[in-house]
Amino acid sequence: MTDPSRCRRTRLLAGAAMATATLVALSGCGSQEDAKTLTWYIDPDNGGKAAMADACTEASGGKYTIQTSMLPSDAAGQREQLIRRLASKDNSIDIMSIDTVYVPEFANADFIAPVPEEYVDEFTEDVVEAAVESSMWEDQLVVAPVQANTQILWYRKSVAEAAGLDMDKPVTWDQIIEAAKDQDKEIGAHGIRAESLTVWVNALYESQGEAIVKDPEAEPEDTELGLDSPAGEKAAQIVDTIGSEGLGGPNFSNLDEQGAMLRFQGENGGFMVNWPFVYPAMKAAVEDGSLDQEVFDDVGWAQYPAVEEGTPGAAPLGGGKLAVGAFSDHQDEAFEAISCIRETQKQSEYYITDGLPPATRAAFDDPKVQQEAPYSDAILDSLDVAKSRPISPYYNGITGGIQRSWHPPADVSPESTPKTSADLILEILRGEALL
Amino acid sequence: MTNDDTHLLTTSETEATDTAAGQGASAAGKRKGKAHKSQRTKDEARLGLMLAWPAGAVLLLVTGYPILQAVYQSFFNKRLTDPDNAYFNWGLNYVTVLTDPLWWQTLGFTLLITVFTVAVELVLGFAFAVVMLNALKAVRGPIRTIILIPYGIITVVAAFSWKYAFDLGTGFVGTWLGMESFDWFGNFWSSFAVISLAEIWKTTPFISLLMLAGLAQIPGDMLEAATVDGASRWQRLVRVTLPNMKASIMVALMFRTLEAFRIFDSVFVMTEGANGTATVSSLAYDQTISQLQTGLGSAVSVLLFIAVGLICLLFIKGFNVNLGAGKE
Repeated sequence: MTDPSRCRRTRLLAGAAMATATLVALSGCGSQEDAKTLTWYIDPDNGGKAAMADACTEASGGKYTIQTSMLPSDAAGQREQLIRRLASKDNSIDIMSIDTVYVPEFANADFIAPVPEEYVDEFTEDVVEAAVESSMWEDQLVVAPVQANTQILWYRKSVAEAAGLDMDKPVTWDQIIEAAKDQDKEIGAHGIRAESLTVWVNALYESQGEAIVKDPEAEPEDTELGLDSPAGEKAAQIVDTIGSEGLGGPNFSNLDEQGAMLRFQGENGGFMVNWPFVYPAMKAAVEDGSLDQEVFDDVGWAQYPAVEEGTPGAAPLGGGKLAVGAFSDHQDEAFEAISCIRETQKQSEYYITDGLPPATRAAFDDPKVQQEAPYSDAILDSLDVAKSRPISPYYNGITGGIQRSWHPPADVSPESTPKTSADLILEILRGEALL
Repeated sequence: MTNDDTHLLTTSETEATDTAAGQGASAAGKRKGKAHKSQRTKDEARLGLMLAWPAGAVLLLVTGYPILQAVYQSFFNKRLTDPDNAYFNWGLNYVTVLTDPLWWQTLGFTLLITVFTVAVELVLGFAFAVVMLNALKAVRGPIRTIILIPYGIITVVAAFSWKYAFDLGTGFVGTWLGMESFDWFGNFWSSFAVISLAEIWKTTPFISLLMLAGLAQIPGDMLEAATVDGASRWQRLVRVTLPNMKASIMVALMFRTLEAFRIFDSVFVMTEGANGTATVSSLAYDQTISQLQTGLGSAVSVLLFIAVGLICLLFIKGFNVNLGAGKE
């Protein structure tokens, strides 16, 4: 039985036929020490997750092996693939990285195994509040917060200076709009008909203390929306101004995070709200010669812009959670592995290699973090006031409704858009409208 | 099914008798054959049936079952994440779909793109077929290969190439045309133009291939006779070539229309349905896969299926396309 060549040969056959695979398992030939293989479905990154998987496999001392399986690159595609597999009770999903907005949908459908009592304190200790809040469903911690991403305001120092904006103090959208008009520069926001648009619109509402969905745990028929409100009018006015006055650039209605970054680097770049990935990306561009050092040195950062003076802007919360599949055969080992993956040191390293900020505050303290990601204080400040998008199991219908009615940005009307989007979303939630 | 078949056969036969005497005679022969079949014909038919039934059974299994399943599901209000709360809603899904302006808008766009691309492809495809047929022997191979290359490229790959060619960040077409800051995917008509262009580029070879088959069937002496009779180039095309390849034109038209109507990849890759460019297929995808409203999505799919069936019917009944024409 221990003859390795025989095992290997048997494994080869196993690849070819299911029946053989069963035989191999029965004969105990699968591995030396009964190590369980955990499959971790990850979103594509720079390889940081695969490295963590290897490190934790090593650390488990042969108890389990984590293998990673790559999901599509956009969050919507990741959700589609995971949800289809889970709907058919796929037991190969042990651990999965899911985007923060899809937690309620997965939890409400009983697709994820809630976090056992023994891990709750560990998984929430020292974690930024918005990241914990968005990991809960019906007062239970259902996923482990790992990364807490947020957007900050990136600006060109020369433009802000010429416009006379004091960037040491919080700025408002109106001030940025004024400055961009004044200097004939662009504001990089995300006008594309995609999730990025909802991220922006939601931040504009939350910055005024209004929520898009007031009672996220209600049944779809009884949902109450905060869309049609004075806050909505102001939000629509900001989107409309940037869209229709050309402040977002020529391709604003198709501008996503990547595109906004490219325009920000260009000669018309002025301001931009964006995730922190832009910093390492611009740094890399300087290194490979596609971006001038001068431009890079001109880039500054500040907390997410406010809507009303005096109230800090509610920066959007993003980032990944780690969930354990409800149909996994190795749930205990999976939570153990998550505990290993979440270690503060690993989160700091991941922040440096892959650019996604950690959910645990202590992970920002690493001196290397301050060195590699000098904007981290702005991130931490933004995270403290960050707000999640609606925590609802029907989030996909909500964001779809917003994307349809708030696009193209140039056609948004402060008088009618908030109301039409509210009506559309309610119809979608009741299953009375197509999306 | 059987009734329908016989009916179809009869109409096409009547049509054949009407048009050409020669074909009429062969049709008459067939009709006589039907009356008293020889033992040999019967055996051949039996053998054919025996050889074909496994394929038929597999086809029924892999297409029939999902179609019936979709029809069944379309009568339920069902969400994939909440299967226990599904309930029968008496066809309300169809009412929802058919009263939703979005359905009519996507249907309109789908028809627009179908008619436009198929019309352009037909003309282009015919031109290419003529080139392929008449090219000098030495260059015939390379020319045919070049014309057919786009058809060999996977639609998604082609769609991405076109997207990146026009995209404001990576595209070079804008620079060529001196419109560096024009966002092609930012409004309806330019999105429509790029999507159509990609479709036409990709599927014209298919049409020209079918056309080539039709062109090759036209007897050379017929054209020669027309030339001798003093017919001009144009007259030869309109009076001799086109009428004689009507069958292949109609078959090409039908296949392409059916395919164009189900357009999905290009739209999904290039615009994801923004700016009014959603098609019926992408609507079905959105309801079923993104919204997980399997009931509503199935209703859209069933309606799409019915629309495709209607197009088939229109061609076969309305334009008398004889799918068995190639056999005779």
